[in-house]
Amino acid sequence: MAVTTAPQTGSLRERIAGSLATRVGLFGVLGALLVVVVVAGAGQGAVNIPANEVLGSILHKLGLDIGTLPTHPRGEDALWNVRFPRVVLAALAGAALATAGAVMQGVFGNPLAEPGVIGVANGAALCAAFVIVFDLAFVGNWTIAVAAFIGGLVTTFLVYLMARENGRTEVVTLVLTGIAINAMTSAGLSFMLFMADTTAREEIVFWTLGSLNGARWEQVWVVLPLAAFGIAASILMARQLDLLALGDRAARHVGVDVERLRVRAIVVVAVLTAGAVAFCGVIAFVGLVVPHLIRLIAGPGHRLLIPASALGGAVLLVAADLWARTAIVNADLPIGMLTSLVGGPFFFWLIRRARKTAGGWA
Amino acid sequence: MSGTNGTAALSARGISLSFGSAQILRDVDVDVRAGEVLSLVGPNGAGKSTLLGVLAGDETPDAGVVSLGERSLSALPAKELARERGMLLQKQLLSFGFRVREVVEMGRAPWHRTDRADFDDAVIAESMKRADVTHLAERYFPTLSGGEQARTAFARLLAQETPILMLDEPTAALDIHHQEQVLEVARDAADAGAAVVVVLHDLSLAAAYSDQICVLSRGQVRAVGTPAEVLQPELLSEVYDHPVRVLEHDDQLIVVPVRRTARGGK
Repeated sequence: MAVTTAPQTGSLRERIAGSLATRVGLFGVLGALLVVVVVAGAGQGAVNIPANEVLGSILHKLGLDIGTLPTHPRGEDALWNVRFPRVVLAALAGAALATAGAVMQGVFGNPLAEPGVIGVANGAALCAAFVIVFDLAFVGNWTIAVAAFIGGLVTTFLVYLMARENGRTEVVTLVLTGIAINAMTSAGLSFMLFMADTTAREEIVFWTLGSLNGARWEQVWVVLPLAAFGIAASILMARQLDLLALGDRAARHVGVDVERLRVRAIVVVAVLTAGAVAFCGVIAFVGLVVPHLIRLIAGPGHRLLIPASALGGAVLLVAADLWARTAIVNADLPIGMLTSLVGGPFFFWLIRRARKTAGGWA
Repeated sequence: MSGTNGTAALSARGISLSFGSAQILRDVDVDVRAGEVLSLVGPNGAGKSTLLGVLAGDETPDAGVVSLGERSLSALPAKELARERGMLLQKQLLSFGFRVREVVEMGRAPWHRTDRADFDDAVIAESMKRADVTHLAERYFPTLSGGEQARTAFARLLAQETPILMLDEPTAALDIHHQEQVLEVARDAADAGAAVVVVLHDLSLAAAYSDQICVLSRGQVRAVGTPAEVLQPELLSEVYDHPVRVLEHDDQLIVVPVRRTARGGK
């Protein structure tokens, strides 16, 4: 009781300064990392282009006569027609997936919610496969994205309705619901593979493995608005997601229209997931790994978590794609395989850590 | 604070509510007045928490209306409601590891982007002091004890600065010192003009801090009135299905169950 307010204001000022430093530092580091991986990613490949030439080429495109242009005769062409679409698509997909993970964890009030884990990515994949098999193109370039969006939306609502009870989702229920959803969508996907002709089958297989191979600017123009809309909408609901951590009832008591927030958040997650998987296929665990790492560094507040996750996701996926292209000479490994390879052990680590600190999830 | 002392800040008329085949509330009338502490008491399953939920707008009654001043409670959007009433729940939930200060800060959400947001820092500091959690400010909420979590939630409620305060068994997780302290703060709030409604199990506590006590039994109001009017041994013995004595000590009413074994057994 006998606490004066004087030290409070002092610590408050320090706290604000501290959080500002964390904020600037976090975004600074993530931004710098993104530039590094983008330049490195664009430079590596069959035609090697040094970093200074990549930068020079970008600056020239921006109308600045600074730096050297690629010296290789096909350098400029390789950069702008092959590498940049791929790197940009990787960055957008990574940002979208990580943001979707952060929002989903906020809405479910559960640290394990992730589009891949609970089957939303697979639901999107099923609908995309359907479009591929029946060779549908009702909205041109956007067809696969729209189908993936519908699949993602339906599965997210399904999981939400089945796994949520009394304002929170128990981890066990959520994971078990995910298993059930994944079983059903896998069955559907198998059926699509069975129905498909050889070309469609190959397309679906590569799609489910996840790959950025053959990325084109047209695809970037589809994913860009989806990712931008999703990330902006997520940032706008960040404050309310914080309040949702109190549970449905208490969140309503402090003025959150919980039902509306949920529906909006689920639509946003579906948009982001659809944008990410539309052309890159299923890339798991990005939405799990990135928000967790950011929370460890910057705490659980969504106003910082969401934009930082978007940046972090972009960094992670561009780096992962670079690794996928260069790990084995002349082979373009499926990126979904690599993220799962890293994400699986991370999942183990999360479980161990939760058991040590909080007696596990119940 | 809205309204002058004595006027009904929140009034419920003819409230009935069933969950499935179980009727929880039956034709309940109750008024929560500005400047007063109203205690809801009664045995387990009497419908106290459900009634509080109805008064807070969490539950929609099957019949009856709750009005907040001139308006019907169900017509108010969540944000506007949050500026009128705050609630301390029995059980505290928090999905992520926020710090205590951040949790208290959440109570300021209804005032975001209003003139009153200018006072956020001062209100938060004052609320934390009143709930005695200032020393916990930088601690992570999930690492606190049950009582400390309850006090943090109480600080969040105070930070919300609503003219109506609702507390659902606020003393359940608290030691004697903090029990008295929480009710003391609630009492002070009422004296400053707030309408306070609190669910309590401890009838002596209810007697000490309430202006009005409402006894609920099987979803119906059995008695409403001042502690002296309501805390009658016959009524309480019947409602609780256990013999109860009411003693007077230093001008305070003390309610104790009659214990057969305390006299050496039969």
